[in-house]
Amino acid sequence: MIRAIARRVASGAVVLWAAATAAYLALLAAPGDIVDSLIGDGADTPQIRAQIIAEWNLDRPAVVQYLDYLWRAAQGDLGRSYLLQRPVGEVIGDQVPPTLKLAVAAAVFGVALALVLAVTTRHRWARRASSAAELVIVSTPPFLIGIVLLSVFSFRFGLFPVSGDRGWAALVLPAVTMGLPIAGVLAQVLRDGLDRALDEPFAITARARGLRERAVLIRHALRHALMPAVTMLGWLTGVLLGGTVIIEQVFGRPGLGQVTLQAVGNGDMPVVLAVVVLAAAAFVVINTAADLAYLVIDPRLRRS
Amino acid sequence: MTLALPRPVARRLSLRRPRPGLAAAGLVLLLALAAVIWPALFAGDPLAADPLRVLEAPSAQHWFGTDQLGRDVFDRVVHGARHSLSIGVAATVIAVGAGILLGLIAGLAHRVADEALSRGFDALAAFPLVLLALLFIAIAGTGTTSLVVAIGIATTPHYARVVRAQTLVVRQAAYVTHAVAFGGSRVRLVLRHVLPNVLGPIPVLAMIGLGEAVLIAAGLSFLGLGPQPPSPEWGAMLSEGRGYLHIAWWASVLPGAAVTATVISLTVIGRHLQNRFEGRPA
Repeated sequence: MIRAIARRVASGAVVLWAAATAAYLALLAAPGDIVDSLIGDGADTPQIRAQIIAEWNLDRPAVVQYLDYLWRAAQGDLGRSYLLQRPVGEVIGDQVPPTLKLAVAAAVFGVALALVLAVTTRHRWARRASSAAELVIVSTPPFLIGIVLLSVFSFRFGLFPVSGDRGWAALVLPAVTMGLPIAGVLAQVLRDGLDRALDEPFAITARARGLRERAVLIRHALRHALMPAVTMLGWLTGVLLGGTVIIEQVFGRPGLGQVTLQAVGNGDMPVVLAVVVLAAAAFVVINTAADLAYLVIDPRLRRS
Repeated sequence: MTLALPRPVARRLSLRRPRPGLAAAGLVLLLALAAVIWPALFAGDPLAADPLRVLEAPSAQHWFGTDQLGRDVFDRVVHGARHSLSIGVAATVIAVGAGILLGLIAGLAHRVADEALSRGFDALAAFPLVLLALLFIAIAGTGTTSLVVAIGIATTPHYARVVRAQTLVVRQAAYVTHAVAFGGSRVRLVLRHVLPNVLGPIPVLAMIGLGEAVLIAAGLSFLGLGPQPPSPEWGAMLSEGRGYLHIAWWASVLPGAAVTATVISLTVIGRHLQNRFEGRPA
């Protein structure tokens, strides 16, 4: 058990190192002078140039630069935004809470809706209607969902604010927009899992004992259907991380997505690199947690 | 263990039921293809602005209404097919090409190289596509070319993983071991015997992948990272029309609907082909 945990934590560390290195190589590979690409469209004065050269050790050998970058990244020092002239950690730190709030709300809504859909639409027509709706939602660009919701609920009925992040009402539409595609994918996975579990001998045994179909479904089949859904946790993180960029833009919310987009637009590389490394870190943490959750759920995995 | 177990009735019936969805999907794709090849046949000038007819609702004359500059939204959507779909196709071509090459290398290479490449595919596949594309665009600059390359790189692992798995099977096959015994150059061996036999699932995967590529491309150009105005790209049109949402929903919602219809059609047909290919009733 301890060894299994240690292995997963170690492989997580390797992924993080790879992400940091990839981000660094990406910066080196950028066309033009590295000082130019670090400045981007920010203020370009001799002082700032000197500061950049000192900060990234550009006057030292490449290996030293790289090791130094890794060392500082490991300590949480991700450099300085050349556009905003503030430490990257600070710039990003301010934006984490609104994004986290949105991501959690969207995940909760999406997972809950998927569960309800998969469990309640077992009969032929309901099932088909729900599957069709899931296909449409999954194939629709998320920003279109957001725009349709905005035009109906904010502009037509005035139920929710059009933009910003004031109070809980402003969270509803963005969370629904991001949660719907999640529900669309998860409901399909859960439904397949339920179908498979209901074909298993234990489901027949349960029915033979006189359990009603609903009880078989919820008490027995659902647990089995949840296992493949846990695998989707990693995918879910990806959707949330990538989705916030677009959703925050649609709803004019502050957050990591907005910062990233601005940084990309202005070529503010330290911020972009930091976001990438941060995303990788979030990813590693959640995937490691999912792997460990398996160990807790399924005792068979603990032995190998 | 295999017992005769009751299977859900719906799944058995689905084998023989008529497929209106499939037919509709085919029709949409034919229309999209026609719009890509010869947009002028269906629609007028996508850039012709009429300042007297700004933000008019859909009517017999302007099927999809007009936008904030008085341009016909239908004309722009039809012409946009070429922009949006060619980005998707180009990105998918890059991804399939790179995927086949890297997948073959991983499948044929030494264990260490295979392990390294496979971990790389895993990491790339797991990382959020949008962020990956943003990183690439931050380095290479905005523009249609970086958009295409970014989506291409980000979707490469889909294909590379499949090709690698196929290669591992094919390299054990009798015809390959015989060809090795007969001698001859390794390049010829790979091109003549391995490559053709690993490509089987790729066309169907590429079809589903194309839908995904179109979706991501629309998202990124919605963020302003793709073709710049006034080009009638679907995502960019949506972004432009967004400011007028409260008075003219059609200028942003209808281009978005074009993306949705295309992606659904690609997915429906792709999944259908995939199920037939794998001999599964769907």
